[in-house]
Amino acid sequence: MAAKGVIRKGEYFDSVTLMLVARDASKIDGVIDATIVMGTAQNKSILEMSEMLLDEFRDASDNDLIIAVKAKDEAAAVLGLKKTEELLEKSRQRTTDSSEYMPKSIESAINVLPGANMVIISVAGKYAAEEAMKALQHDLHVMIFSDNVPKDKTLEVKKLGREKGLLVMGPDCGTAIINGAPLGFANVVNRGDIGIVSAAGTGLQEVSSIISNEGSGISQGIGTGGIDMKIDFGGLSFLTGVEALIADPQTEVITLISKPPHPEVLERIGEVLKTNRKPVVAAFLGADPALVRSIGAIPASSLEEAALLSVSLSKGISMEQFNKEIEESENELKELAKGLAKQLRPEQKYVRGLFQGGTLAYETQVILKDMIGDINSNAPLDPRLRLADSWRSVGHTVVDLGEDEFTVGRPHPQIDFSLRNKRILEEARDKSVAIIYLDVVIGHGTNPNPGEELAPVISEARTAGNALIIVTVTGTDRDPQNKHKIVKMYRDAGAIVLERNASASRLAGYILQDPRGN
Amino acid sequence: MKTIDLFTSELKVINVGLTSFKESLEQEGVKVVQVDWRPPAGGDEEAMEALRRLMGK
Repeated sequence: MAAKGVIRKGEYFDSVTLMLVARDASKIDGVIDATIVMGTAQNKSILEMSEMLLDEFRDASDNDLIIAVKAKDEAAAVLGLKKTEELLEKSRQRTTDSSEYMPKSIESAINVLPGANMVIISVAGKYAAEEAMKALQHDLHVMIFSDNVPKDKTLEVKKLGREKGLLVMGPDCGTAIINGAPLGFANVVNRGDIGIVSAAGTGLQEVSSIISNEGSGISQGIGTGGIDMKIDFGGLSFLTGVEALIADPQTEVITLISKPPHPEVLERIGEVLKTNRKPVVAAFLGADPALVRSIGAIPASSLEEAALLSVSLSKGISMEQFNKEIEESENELKELAKGLAKQLRPEQKYVRGLFQGGTLAYETQVILKDMIGDINSNAPLDPRLRLADSWRSVGHTVVDLGEDEFTVGRPHPQIDFSLRNKRILEEARDKSVAIIYLDVVIGHGTNPNPGEELAPVISEARTAGNALIIVTVTGTDRDPQNKHKIVKMYRDAGAIVLERNASASRLAGYILQDPRGN
Repeated sequence: MKTIDLFTSELKVINVGLTSFKESLEQEGVKVVQVDWRPPAGGDEEAMEALRRLMGK
């Protein structure tokens, strides 16, 4: 084995470009691993762990680009490095080919695009707040996709946004839909009269997709980031979002999504809602329904229920009819569970959920704990149920692959499927596993080929063991990946595919409540 | 521009960071300008702090 590398002083590429080139480079003949990163201390320690930190890299600074290749022998490493540099050059040409002038700052970008009204920021967390402040000072709305933004800086940004009546979405906000346009990781959905404010990115994707798939549409989808619902942030961005939807003539129904907010934040949302005459549906996952009613909202127990209730209100369908339809689909789910349970062997007892979406992992735990008891997790509902080792499942387990231990030095699991694919096969070989549960979140910004990435692994897992594989796909047929096509590929590979996470979770629950299907 | 005015205007975006977000918005017909962003002062924390002091920020 041999490693080769080079430092490029003062060169900068964004992290997704680097990840895509590194992935292509890893496929070069003879190459075992390829990494292209900025020379930060954290990146250098990751290189060290993968035995790719060459001596000459130790002095690299944050502003230097490191290209490192590990290969089977010296000759392959030299050739691999040369090819990797060529790939990087090609990708640079792709982004700069378009002869467009690229301004160096937000200030000069405003001159290039008169009437600009939104800034999306996805640079490294420590620089994001400064860029956000610049945007707000120029009266521009902001979406901060970046995570790891210092908390004190985040509070400054949110306070200024609130003072100026400007939207501050994020930090750590993956998704928004503004005037019909998908920002960040977002789905292509119908426009309509349902307005959403969501603390959670995948929560917003799931609810907006279900609404669109049911034939209704979204007026605006405002993501705030989870930090907004904490006591010291007081719902600053969430409140601005709710007020805007109350005032918006195109919004007839308001849908709110979050984990249970801090009681004081909930009270503040209630204050804002006092001026509101539009119906409000709130999915504060796991919250006491009575508390939700106390602020004048209709409680929804899941993202699915929030979406379907909102659609019913938008279309003027009566609650009686709504409840009847829910009951019918629940009975179908129970029948399906009975049939599937008969395929299990006596030793197959556990569910293993491997998630791309943090909110979906949370929702599944909320649903399953009432049906089958304790669920162990790296992001548990109850700290007692925290996995000692996130890489090893115990009993019923739900793993959020978007948590730090899995993403340091790697792209988000909605982009990079490799880690989960490996884990799926490990779970499939475990004879005590009854169900492998997977979410796939599609849309702009996410992996362009989720069908090709996962379908062969589903087939392999079905051959390796007897576990049922339940997949839920969040997205729409108008997304670049096309939901319909993806669903068919997974079904053909042997998975049971449901289009909503809450239904899929209940299906898993029903199967495990009665594992012989009696 | 207040939030309610944003909802009735044409969305025009300045993108600072991942170029894939610019491409997605262009596919959906939204006007976007990409900022050629680089870490300030070469990403060196001390130099950045010094620069901020000099500029009186």
